[in-house]
Amino acid sequence: MAKRIDVSGLHVYYGDFLAVEDVSMTIEPRSVTAFIGSSGCGKSTFLRTLNRMHEVTPGARAEGKVLLDDMDIYAPDVDPVLVRGEVGMVFQKANPFPTMSIYDNVIAGARLNNKRMSKADADGLVEESLRGANLWEEVKDRLNKPGAGLSGGQQQRLCIARATAVKPSVLLMDEPCSALDPISTLAIEDLIHKLKEDYTIVIVTHNMQQAARVSDRTAFFNLSAPGKPGRLIEMGETNKIFTRPEKKETENYITGRFG
Amino acid sequence: MTTTDAPTVAPPSKGKRRIGDVAFAGLARGSGILILLILAGVAAFLIVQAWPSLSANTANFITDKAWDANVRENPAFGVGALAFGTVLAAGIALLLATPVAVGIALFIVYYAPRRLASLLGYMVDLLAAIPSVVYGLWGIGFLAPQLVPVYEGLARNLGWIPLFAGPASTSARTILTAGIVLAVMILPIITAMSRDVFHQVPQGHREAALAMGATRWEMIRLAVLPFGKSGVIGGAMLGMGRALGETMAVAMILSPSLIVSWNLLQSGNQTIAGHIALQYPEATGYGVSALIAAGLVLFAITLVVNMGARYIVARGNKES
Repeated sequence: MAKRIDVSGLHVYYGDFLAVEDVSMTIEPRSVTAFIGSSGCGKSTFLRTLNRMHEVTPGARAEGKVLLDDMDIYAPDVDPVLVRGEVGMVFQKANPFPTMSIYDNVIAGARLNNKRMSKADADGLVEESLRGANLWEEVKDRLNKPGAGLSGGQQQRLCIARATAVKPSVLLMDEPCSALDPISTLAIEDLIHKLKEDYTIVIVTHNMQQAARVSDRTAFFNLSAPGKPGRLIEMGETNKIFTRPEKKETENYITGRFG
Repeated sequence: MTTTDAPTVAPPSKGKRRIGDVAFAGLARGSGILILLILAGVAAFLIVQAWPSLSANTANFITDKAWDANVRENPAFGVGALAFGTVLAAGIALLLATPVAVGIALFIVYYAPRRLASLLGYMVDLLAAIPSVVYGLWGIGFLAPQLVPVYEGLARNLGWIPLFAGPASTSARTILTAGIVLAVMILPIITAMSRDVFHQVPQGHREAALAMGATRWEMIRLAVLPFGKSGVIGGAMLGMGRALGETMAVAMILSPSLIVSWNLLQSGNQTIAGHIALQYPEATGYGVSALIAAGLVLFAITLVVNMGARYIVARGNKES
């Protein structure tokens, strides 16, 4: 299920503005890769190019190669809709569909591809996905209640269940805990540990402790100068990045000394 | 979603009251009260002026269809046929205009390239600026003749449905034609309201749909339409309010005979507004007072529809 991502020479533009310059990296399957770096350094922008969500923003485009196992997701004949079915995404702000019940939220994406799913299959998938997101026990008695009625942390886990119900091979998480309290954050981090058995996980985070706790590998992004494009500075084993980084820039960032 | 409603403006302090604040608050409060006074004044005028004919009326005002009011004594009139025609014409207009308006709004917000979208939005707003007498001329001079063969075809092929029973009117000056013209007239307001609410769909909801592999249409179905539903309904009800009261175009198009008929292809139905416009110049005796009574009914129907629209929009805002 989980797939490897191979990025080579990727440039990301907003209109004429080069936002991210020349990123190449390999993201291993069944592992957690964290992107760290200061605000505006392009890590979220880069993340969104991995499932072509980037191009939803008017004027935004990417150049370069992103291989998902053997498939080049930027090849001209590739449908972005299919890419996004393969590479799911969880956002900074939990965004369950407000008019839908918990059940319908989980099943929404799966229904898109399989309109004639039987009731039993749908029930099974909802339970499996909610169990997978460590949410089943908390919501099994109120599956028909609106998803918006859950707490922030529960909503975020609902969004994770919704993303996994589509059966993607990669899960992108864009600062999934930045709006959550520490206990909800811990619940999501536990979940990430569990999910990496089945998925390739990429997480953007501002919280370096979080990156250290959840990830196997860490990539550090930074701007070469204000107004200049973001670049990948260094990538490696999380342990190594946080203890013996090769670049001075990385060391300054993780020790809280800037510039 | 927060449940606490913190006051956004601090309560006025007990200190010295500034003259500017006092004057502005008075001005604003006065304007607010003025609108209530105007509304109450119109209602009072209608009731007072309608009362003589209503109290002398020998027929049931609400249900009767005849209009025998231009007499000095024992008038017999009712708004049954007129109210029916009014609601029918507005209903047809709503049914035709709403899907088209939603389609235009979706196209403008989610499909059209930016420049085409703004041009199109501008054109739709321009539709609202066309005087209704021009719509009337267009309806009677252009649309109706074009519709005659269409109606004949409808009567031939779908005549078994009571709505389309033949023989079709040879002038096409029917309630359906009036409804079509009204639909064009209310298109701008429904489109504008729908467009605004579709613009407000949170990016998070749209991206949530796209990120799990939704196509653009699926994204609209999952995220945009559920969010925009209350706005669209509110726009449709405001449009209906306009259609109910529209006078000139309807008066020009219909050839009335004060009947209650579900038949859309034959002439005969009339609306309250059209009736008042046509009858007023020749009203004598209790006639004017009776027409004002009909106006009171129209006022009430429009008020109810508009309040319904406000309620639905407000409820939708609270939910999201």
